Amino acid sequence: MDVRGTGVVGGRFRLGTTLLGSIALLVVLLFSCSSASALPAFARKYGMPCSSCHEAWPKLSPFGQQFKDNGYQMGNDRDAPIFQNPSYWPVTFRITPQWHRESTNKAQVDGVDGVGADEAKVTTHGFDWSGLDFHTAGTLANNISFYVLPSSDNTGAFHFESVWARLDNIAGSSWLNVKFGKFELDNLLSEKRILTLTNVGGFYENYHFQPMVAPGVPEASYSFGIGDNQVGIEWMGHSKDDRTRVSASLLSSNDGTPGLPTSRGYDGFFAASQAFQLGSLGLQRVGGFAYIGEAPTYFQYTLNGTGIPGTGIGNKGFQRYGLIGMWYIKKFDITTMYFHGKDDATLATTLALTGAPPTPPTGAHSPTWNGALFESHYNFNPQLILINRYEMVRMSQQVFSTNPGNLGNVDTLTFGVRYYPFISSRAGFAYHGEYAISRIRGASPVTLTDLVSSSLLAGIDFDF
Amino acid sequence: MRRINFARIAVNVVLAAALPLAAGAQQMESHIGNLTGHSDAGRQLYFRYCWGCHGPHGNGMGENEPWVTPQPRNFVAAVFKCRSTPTGTLPLDSDLFNTLKRGFNFTNMPSWAALTDQNRADLVAFIKTFSPRWKSEKPGDPIQIPPEPTLTIGSIKHGQELFQKLECWKCHGQEGRGDGPSASTLTDSNDQPIRPYDFTSDNRSKCGRTNQDLYKIFMTGVDGTPMPSFADVVKPEDAWDLVHFLRTLQYNNPSPELTMWEGTPEGKAIVAAKRVKQTYTGSGVKP
Ligand code: HEC
Ligand code: HEC
Repeated sequence: MDVRGTGVVGGRFRLGTTLLGSIALLVVLLFSCSSASALPAFARKYGMPCSSCHEAWPKLSPFGQQFKDNGYQMGNDRDAPIFQNPSYWPVTFRITPQWHRESTNKAQVDGVDGVGADEAKVTTHGFDWSGLDFHTAGTLANNISFYVLPSSDNTGAFHFESVWARLDNIAGSSWLNVKFGKFELDNLLSEKRILTLTNVGGFYENYHFQPMVAPGVPEASYSFGIGDNQVGIEWMGHSKDDRTRVSASLLSSNDGTPGLPTSRGYDGFFAASQAFQLGSLGLQRVGGFAYIGEAPTYFQYTLNGTGIPGTGIGNKGFQRYGLIGMWYIKKFDITTMYFHGKDDATLATTLALTGAPPTPPTGAHSPTWNGALFESHYNFNPQLILINRYEMVRMSQQVFSTNPGNLGNVDTLTFGVRYYPFISSRAGFAYHGEYAISRIRGASPVTLTDLVSSSLLAGIDFDF
Repeated sequence: MRRINFARIAVNVVLAAALPLAAGAQQMESHIGNLTGHSDAGRQLYFRYCWGCHGPHGNGMGENEPWVTPQPRNFVAAVFKCRSTPTGTLPLDSDLFNTLKRGFNFTNMPSWAALTDQNRADLVAFIKTFSPRWKSEKPGDPIQIPPEPTLTIGSIKHGQELFQKLECWKCHGQEGRGDGPSASTLTDSNDQPIRPYDFTSDNRSKCGRTNQDLYKIFMTGVDGTPMPSFADVVKPEDAWDLVHFLRTLQYNNPSPELTMWEGTPEGKAIVAAKRVKQTYTGSGVKP
């Protein structure tokens, strides 16, 4: 993600450089995650209220998921742009003016022990706004769909979150759809459609977790998130009623960054799920996914000692696996997810790419970890939804046996409420309230003890 | 953020919950196979998915109605296009249920296949609460469809004669393109212009795509439109011949009827004459 590391909320957390990795992730993810998809452009095109496609926007309903999987098409031969009024332009923007309060128990500060040698609890609050998403999406012709999403942080610095075209229903088969470009992975629990927005609760920990190498030392040779949009090619197939869904993607192993910055390596992502009806309870869905990735550990060529972009070699592997269940009991639903991750020992311990193959320090292990997510919703009616999420990450194998066993473990708890005072076929509007708190073991910048951060937010989330 | 008026929100929440109750207060059930639909559950779904077009009162005057042609169905009038029951009668629950799954091609009415069977059954039950007709009348007796006879050239050619004799062409055109001499004058029960079905565009007519569906369409009529029921003038045996011929008009969609028809010199010449002989790449429906 090109916004990563730009310190967009800089000044709020003045942390030392040592731990920037794991904390910058938290801070910056707000911006990479703000790009949720809820498109009044579609509502206007089809004359449908948001609530048709969204249980509560941006979260999809089964109807919306099918619409998306069908290439943003209803399939009633009114999908091609030729059926629209010529002045129709498929554009939606989304932004969230807000008041928020951010607190961290151990920020690095100057103090009696010297420059940057102390920790203090730092809390700030005030009025603010989110980044802007500028979605354009729809069909170019029958069975050719597209999505282009310039997205900014709240300073107005833009990047491309999505850039793709898709051939839908090739040869008339719903099992043959091919997407090309930069896109969100086929995540059933979509981070782009997350219902929570804060710095702490506005992303899925498990989708971005990378272990710590040693106390105070984050992984640095590569960055990756299943929640980040990736660039490549995706085949996706689904049954006509969307109960069965499968996909496989081939991706550049650069976490969706532009300009071929690292290696010539490729990653694979695979997902499959099946939905079934359970009496009058609703539509249940179970599935699994796997991300098999690789990242370079040194440069083939350097110039003046600096690696030449794109010439990374010595690829080492990393893997992420997950199982997901989405359970509906009438108006209540809960998503459960199990997550497993593993990084190669050399990859984990390479702190900077040089011109020579690195040797992992003796005693270095390939780190492994497990994670879980429980996200429940109570959907009173299309206008009101309560949200609760608990996520945890537990290391099962530290890089070094000398690390505390719980180093890097994460717990995050989030509560949210969204109320949509009106639901129309033109624009979206939601009052949003949220509180989230997270604890990362051993991650404080100076004392290397537990870091606790929390966010409180009240805002108006709207799009048109 | 302090200026959010929470009292107002609370009122809105209560109103939002109460609004659906105002419409269709009575209870209804639907029965499709061994599924039972309940209007109470259907109401909640209706006010999530359907009201924008069909309206909070079910009269087809949802807020999108000004931008939707043909107009969304008026459930208060309870006149339905796709039935297995004779013209003028109420449809079976299963007719409405199937319609919800299929959607209406070439209109804004989408397919609701992504919902569960139970959802669709509940919606059917709720739709019935809008019209007193469902209290005072029973659905018509479904028409009897004899088994489909074996396909022969004779059957197709007889269908071709019927298409002339029954004057289907007056509305649908000789080539079935929906451009017959009367086509431009036709209006539906909302006084909106309505185009006869264009057989060459697709094989997905509104009321289904199977041979049985075609049979039902002209033997029950598309109520609320000028498309009449021919049950009084067409004998069941003849009806199948007509079905076989109609398939040959859908020359963009492979079917056994089309293959057999193109196997004869006459049929081959007729179909060839219809096809556009230049590479054509429109962004919508095939020519
Ligand atoms: C985007 C607009 C739109 C939405 C949303 C919509 N409909 Fe429709 N519906 C229509 C239109 C337009 C027609 C009429 C089509 C025609 O007459 O050819 C129609 C027709 C119907 C019919 C008539 C079938 C018949 O045989 O005549 C039923 C039943 C129906 N809709 C049910 C529903 C239900 C239930 C929902 C919600 C789950 C729904 N519709 C949502 C636009 C919509
Ligand atoms: C008076 C004009 C008229 C005549 C005569 C007529 N039709 Fe139609 N037909 C229509 C119209 C109008 C529609 C479109 C209804 C709609 O889209 O709701 C239609 C629709 C159809 C459809 C498609 C229905 C669907 O589900 O979409 C079929 C099939 C059809 N007609 C067959 C016939 C046949 C066969 C005959 C002769 C036996 C015939 N029609 C005679 C006006 C006519």
